Amino acid sequence: MSFFTEFGLYLLTLKGMFTKPENGKMYWKEFMHQCSEIGIGSLGIVAIISVFMGAVSTLQTAYQLVSPFIPLSTIAQIVRDTVILEFSPTLVCIVLAGVVGSKIASELGNMRVSEQIDALEIMGINTKSYLIFPKLLASVVVIPMLVVISMVLGIMGGRLAGTLTGILSPAAFDRGLHQYFKPYNVFFAMAKSYTFAFIISSVPAFYGYNVEGGSLEIGRASTKAVVVSCILVLFADYILSAVLL
Amino acid sequence: MYIGAVRRLYPLGRFVINLLMIEIKNIKKAFGDKTVINDVSTVFKTGKCNLIIGTSGSGKTVMMKCLVGLFEPDSGEISYDGQNFSEMNEEHRKNLRQSIGMLFQGSALFDSMTVEQNILFPLDMFTKNTPAQKLERVNAVLDRVNLQGVNDKFPGEISGGMKKRVGIARAIVLNPRYLFCDEPNSGLDPQTSLLIDKLIKEITIEYNITTVINTHDMNSVMEIGDHIMYMYQGIKEWEGTNKEIIFSKNKLLNDFIFASEFLRDAKDMRMLEAEGKIDKGDIDELLK
Repeated sequence: MSFFTEFGLYLLTLKGMFTKPENGKMYWKEFMHQCSEIGIGSLGIVAIISVFMGAVSTLQTAYQLVSPFIPLSTIAQIVRDTVILEFSPTLVCIVLAGVVGSKIASELGNMRVSEQIDALEIMGINTKSYLIFPKLLASVVVIPMLVVISMVLGIMGGRLAGTLTGILSPAAFDRGLHQYFKPYNVFFAMAKSYTFAFIISSVPAFYGYNVEGGSLEIGRASTKAVVVSCILVLFADYILSAVLL
Repeated sequence: MYIGAVRRLYPLGRFVINLLMIEIKNIKKAFGDKTVINDVSTVFKTGKCNLIIGTSGSGKTVMMKCLVGLFEPDSGEISYDGQNFSEMNEEHRKNLRQSIGMLFQGSALFDSMTVEQNILFPLDMFTKNTPAQKLERVNAVLDRVNLQGVNDKFPGEISGGMKKRVGIARAIVLNPRYLFCDEPNSGLDPQTSLLIDKLIKEITIEYNITTVINTHDMNSVMEIGDHIMYMYQGIKEWEGTNKEIIFSKNKLLNDFIFASEFLRDAKDMRMLEAEGKIDKGDIDELLK
């Protein structure tokens, strides 16, 4: 399938989602279920990654700042900005592309192969709307929340690592956190989170929904969904950085 | 007076009954260069088990998918009770689909839901009944398919035959006017197959619905085939009833239906019986 055919099908799949729900209550139930699956389901891995990401940032920044003329609080400042600008939105979303993306692609692929999607269609339900839209909406709502949690945990991890290794005191770290803080950075991180959330839910949903064949194809679709999502996340990261910074 | 009124209303009744059916006219469907269905026309009548039979790759599944709107035919017309399905807009189709029930080859039950939730799903989506009314309906259809005590089980925890019954229960929970069954006996033992066939037949008569069944199973053909369409390489090769199939001279049909020596012998005996050369007593004696 050529790139343009695939992209056209992707747009058509997205367009097909926007119809009047057959039963708003059922859609809401599915949306809440997806929020729980994506949000609560990924919280553990996001927390672990974030704490270690912040801790490693502190250690590596301290290792590189060897000049005695640079105050130690600068380490906290660098960790804060790195975590907010890049690590939390991008790294967490790349991990979520694997965790959430493969789950969405394989779930929809399995439903397609076992004719569950056909069963829903025959009942008179718009499956694009019922199966994809709540996942997409839940991702766009929940993933930015996860990114905010990741930012907090990343900074706390950095503070903890700085204290435990004796690189800088908690007071010096806190002082650095307040230095030259730009709220715009948080806006930029949130803009990235929303964009990435859309990518890592819609791309796997497209590949999963359009699976043809058997279990082998579900695996292939899942892998392709994760790979394409990661590439698109990195591409979007570059574009957003070039445009917004 | 009443007899006169009934006589006057009889043609109207016949007209209405004739409208309650699925009619297909000159359906064609191709995938690329390969024509899968070629100019097929037939009528699937209400209150009857209409069977589509044929070898693998003969176009049965594509035909069924065209009938329920999962595939769009390239040309031709599909009418439900006189309404042209091909010309319906999406909203109209959605409404019609709510009166369609379908049993899939693999049952297509939702893995993450229990049996009860699977059957509740169409009720939750399309009705405004109270939870108690919905539950009552779920238990009623489960009783109808002779399944009790499985409400809280997941599809992975029940047997293939039970899954088919749950599939039937889900298909009939909204009181459909049309029931489609894709290979309802696949993967089932002969005894369970017969039970499923019997169930589909009973439901068809009881609910007076139009049932269309895709099958390979010769037991089903003989047991419940009120109207049988045999497809061969995308065309309608033969059409008739389970009584007529015995006496058919169509070579392709006979090669397909009576593929085994046992079935060929059975056919020969039935033909000899029909011609009066042997009687039923002789057949019974031979079978002993």
